[in-house]
Amino acid sequence: MSGSKGRRWGTPRLRAGTPRLRAGVPLPLLLPALAGLVFLVLPLVALLVRAPWRSLPDQLTSVAVWQALRLSLITATAATAVALVLGVPLAWLLARARFPGRRLLRALVTLPLVLPPVVGGVALLLALGRNGIVGRWLDSAFGVTLPFTTAGVVVAEAFVAMPFLVISVEGTLRAADPRYEEAATTLGASRFTAFRRVTLPMVAPGVAAGAVLAWARALGEFGATITFAGNFPGRTQTMPLSVYLALQSDPAAAIALSLVLLAVSIAVLAGLRDRWMAAS
Amino acid sequence: MTTRSVTGSRPRVRWTYRAVGGFALAVVALTACSSGDSDDSSKKSSSGSGSSSENLSGTVTVFAAASLKESFTALGKTFEKEHPGTKVSFNFGGSDALAASITSGAPADVFAAASPKTMKTVTDAKDAKGTPATFVRNQLEIATLQGNPKKIKTLKDLTRSGLKVALCAKEVPCGSAAQKALTAAKLKLTPVSYEQDVKGALTKVQLKEVDASVVYKTDVKAAGGKVAGVEFPESKQAINDYPIAPLKNAPNAEAATAFIDLVKSAQGQKVLGQAGFLKP
Repeated sequence: MSGSKGRRWGTPRLRAGTPRLRAGVPLPLLLPALAGLVFLVLPLVALLVRAPWRSLPDQLTSVAVWQALRLSLITATAATAVALVLGVPLAWLLARARFPGRRLLRALVTLPLVLPPVVGGVALLLALGRNGIVGRWLDSAFGVTLPFTTAGVVVAEAFVAMPFLVISVEGTLRAADPRYEEAATTLGASRFTAFRRVTLPMVAPGVAAGAVLAWARALGEFGATITFAGNFPGRTQTMPLSVYLALQSDPAAAIALSLVLLAVSIAVLAGLRDRWMAAS
Repeated sequence: MTTRSVTGSRPRVRWTYRAVGGFALAVVALTACSSGDSDDSSKKSSSGSGSSSENLSGTVTVFAAASLKESFTALGKTFEKEHPGTKVSFNFGGSDALAASITSGAPADVFAAASPKTMKTVTDAKDAKGTPATFVRNQLEIATLQGNPKKIKTLKDLTRSGLKVALCAKEVPCGSAAQKALTAAKLKLTPVSYEQDVKGALTKVQLKEVDASVVYKTDVKAAGGKVAGVEFPESKQAINDYPIAPLKNAPNAEAATAFIDLVKSAQGQKVLGQAGFLKP
């Protein structure tokens, strides 16, 4: 994803040509800064240092690992798709529509961002579980039960990841000039056509960035998944779940699995580097 | 193209919002992995200086299997009453996870495991003092919904189609015991989920998300009528011994010994017996 030059999408950007830092960094700032950097980087270095490099090929080609990785990739992608279909319109509503209670709505939408995932999982169970408020009715009317199914994993991941996308897209929409849309509507386009043909192409980079973030978040989701969808190899056991369980019986396998997830995370960051380190 | 807005006060608001949103995104996204159950790191205890058992002081840290939660909590209160100035702090969890954290250097005084195998992990790492003693035994039982609407009478009933069953993961003692019982009964059972510890398997029944799970007698008792227990003869083939041992690097060795003595005493055995444990 190439960063379109100069477009903002909801993060304050480091301006190119940041003030010259070489003109002496005050020590009280430098020391905690370096400590903070070490604190963030050291665990990842440890993961690389202690990785079972020799047995790594065997670890990573085992059926269980591939099963978990495949399931993780499929569910994270599906959750991102769900987030896109529901999240982009929601972001538009928050950014463009004027109605009372908009701030409350935004707070509600972003709540899953700060909610502990396990709590999200419990809440999902109480809502969509077999005995849940809506789940009970789903079960009796359609015979659909979400917990312990792959669909349940997607639901849990989408619940946790969608706010990322909504915030990201909403930020982009607010930054985008509404006058283009207005111009389109005065020229006879309906509001939906204006959204589809003018707004969406304009905010596409923001949507893409939000989607990648949501995808990465869904891939790493643990708490809500294990609470709502349980743990069954091949059906609901995603990578983070198998890392956790492997840690109890086979730490080497857990490290190998963690490396895979680390590699994926780095790839995502590399894809987003233009956005994090925008150089105009 | 640039996105400078032309309105008066909105840019500042928007920037703050974007800054906050962006910051939240950056922080949360990059820490994407959310741990399910926080690893209660035990507090460093101030080692008691008293050499005789009469004047114990400080904190004694006990790592114990999840199934011991109710009875050990009660015994902890007894201990604190008997030895004023002491404090018992517990870390309950899956025996494997506890063993793993002990072997990686968690500062604990006592380890009470739900299986000899998990205790062996600790003794093999030379982290235990002396030989672990079996202090109780625990038998499996089927936990099912209140009033047993599914009419479950035997272990074989769990294999009926359309019945949702949760088992413990094979890595944790209740899971390996359940597998043993199933093997003894020559049954093949595919659960909907392999839970991380026995309390997880029980909770899924309490929430009515599954129809039954295989847990310990003590757990059914602890659930106090919220689930119905069904005994089955094969459970005799898979009775779990619970070993307890003081740890080598115990910060509070005297208190550790005193706590283990209390567990083994007639009084301790009475409390454990009331919880549904069998005598060793």
